[in-house]
Amino acid sequence: MQALHLSCFTAVSCLGTGLEPTLAALAANRSGLARCAFETAELATHIGAVAGVDDYRLPAELAAYDCRNNRLAVLALEEDGFAEAVRAAAQRYGAARVGVFLGTSTAGILETEQAYRRLDEAGAFVAPPVYEGSHTPYALADVVARHLGLSGPAFVVSTACSSGAKVFASAARLIGAGLIDAAVVGGVDSLCLTTLYGFNSLELVSAEPCRPYDSERKGISIGEAAAFALLERPAGTLPPEAVLLAGVGESSDAYHMSSPHPEGRGAYAAMRAALESAGLCAGDVDYLNLHGTATPSNDAAEGQAVMRLFGRDVPASSTKGATGHTLGAAGALELVIAALTLQHGLIPGSPGSHELDPALDLDYVFTPRRQALGVVMSNSFGFGGSNASVVLRRADAKGHA
Amino acid sequence: MSKLTAYLDGVGALGPGFDNWTQLAARLRGEEPWRPAPTVLPAPQALPPAERRRVGKPVRLALALGFEAAAMAGSDTTKLATVFTASGGDGDNMHALCTTLAEPERLVSPTRFTNSVHNGPAGYWGIAAAASAPCNVLSAFDSSFAMGLLEALGQLQDEQRKVLLIAYDTPYPGPLASLRPLPDSCGVALLLSPQRSERSLARIAVTVDAAPCGSTGLAELDALGQSAPALRALPLLAALANGQAVRCALEAPLPLAVELQPCV
Repeated sequence: MQALHLSCFTAVSCLGTGLEPTLAALAANRSGLARCAFETAELATHIGAVAGVDDYRLPAELAAYDCRNNRLAVLALEEDGFAEAVRAAAQRYGAARVGVFLGTSTAGILETEQAYRRLDEAGAFVAPPVYEGSHTPYALADVVARHLGLSGPAFVVSTACSSGAKVFASAARLIGAGLIDAAVVGGVDSLCLTTLYGFNSLELVSAEPCRPYDSERKGISIGEAAAFALLERPAGTLPPEAVLLAGVGESSDAYHMSSPHPEGRGAYAAMRAALESAGLCAGDVDYLNLHGTATPSNDAAEGQAVMRLFGRDVPASSTKGATGHTLGAAGALELVIAALTLQHGLIPGSPGSHELDPALDLDYVFTPRRQALGVVMSNSFGFGGSNASVVLRRADAKGHA
Repeated sequence: MSKLTAYLDGVGALGPGFDNWTQLAARLRGEEPWRPAPTVLPAPQALPPAERRRVGKPVRLALALGFEAAAMAGSDTTKLATVFTASGGDGDNMHALCTTLAEPERLVSPTRFTNSVHNGPAGYWGIAAAASAPCNVLSAFDSSFAMGLLEALGQLQDEQRKVLLIAYDTPYPGPLASLRPLPDSCGVALLLSPQRSERSLARIAVTVDAAPCGSTGLAELDALGQSAPALRALPLLAALANGQAVRCALEAPLPLAVELQPCV
């Protein structure tokens, strides 16, 4: 694919609000996970909650969109000059020439859960949730487009935990087809009881903070995040530290709804396709941000695929020990982290993980390393066997275009 | 003005008062009157028995649509890229999960939770069709058909391969039904190809442009088309069924015009 410029990006997670605290936490190998005290949840687990979402107020004109997910989204748009950069792009290209493609798995389901606690005797809502502005998945793309004044194509991708990565492919295709000139891509998922109790019912939730790739890993820690990037064709000569979207690879496991193929067949296919899309080979990749959820089966399957494709030659880590698993936002959050690693020459560590699973022969990075990086890959795999791998590179690294 | 084009090689249709594309086409040609009748969702025979029992309406609907369009086009499902688009998720699962979460014990069913993801139908399609090609799953409220078509055409043009678009909607039970009224389960599938072949039924093109509202020419079917985002394709399919060319607007955040030109 033709490389696209991530001309602005931002992220909010339990590590902090915006890029600066995110980078500082990664450099210090600090985790944002804490004992679960969310809403009325009574679960022995750790979560990655974003501070200040409850108290954040949407602008008055977005009142019909008020819900935790949309608050988190708009809160993040206001960081790192992101909203200003997008509005300037809309001025340059025209509001209808900028698309909005965002990943989410649960949108505003929390407010629907709360409304279900107050039904009358006939089973009707006493205090109905807002369907169009909060409950429906598209509410996320709608509120972001409205806040930024965009009127281009807009949709939500909801492929469970690969959502926030797959939107990069959708955006690149429609830019490539000439339908739009730029796109706001990203992912937003916020804490809710559906995912906390749902993953708990599958016995996939760890009581302690998650430990990706560790021999003692016991499951995931759920987090929440919003992460966004503005994608556009590279304009003129970019500075060396500019970050480009170089390639995206997608695949389907065609195996099981909630378990990955044990040898990571789909993961391998997605990583291979991403390299091909970027015109690069495995040896060109300097760092791999793993999906690494810390469930026994996910890390084993992904690890097998990584061993086959990269052997021990590529430093790899999962940052979910720092951020928690932010589900539909994870792909976007980890791409923003990958972009930071490229710009700052930092390979993140893996807080909470201490000893690599002996079945996995990888260069797993436990504590941050300072190292110049030119090309990084990020993996995102979801329920239903939906896989996406994305390759980013610095403008001064080799690659297409 | 950029234009996204494809050839339509196969169609699937299922909804209230029609079990397949042949039946819907006859109603769109006015050969048979359309009468509302509950949608009959076939059991997904391609799934292993354990999964077949567990899956809900969206999976049964999407699989029936996809297999019908692929069979009509004579396409090998294992190699087909897919785009699924639905304005909402699995309402039955969502209602059951929210009901359980409102109870003191919160004993969530793991199967319900697994099947509650928006890409449930896509995941089961992968298993049933042995399809390991990329698939994407979208939602865009009332623009879901138009955005699904854009995504499918974007993939087709970028990678020069066939894409199966499956657009579907299922109604909500319980109190959510009052917030988002939808008709009985319904949808359409379009098998889109970058090249014209002897299978091609029509050429489809989408441009960013204003266009007149489409109509099936039949009031009851126009009303049905307006009742579910997935059925916004009905005016297009009416032209196909009648062997006519058409150019009309698609409901979307931006002005989008779709053209259909039958292959003769």
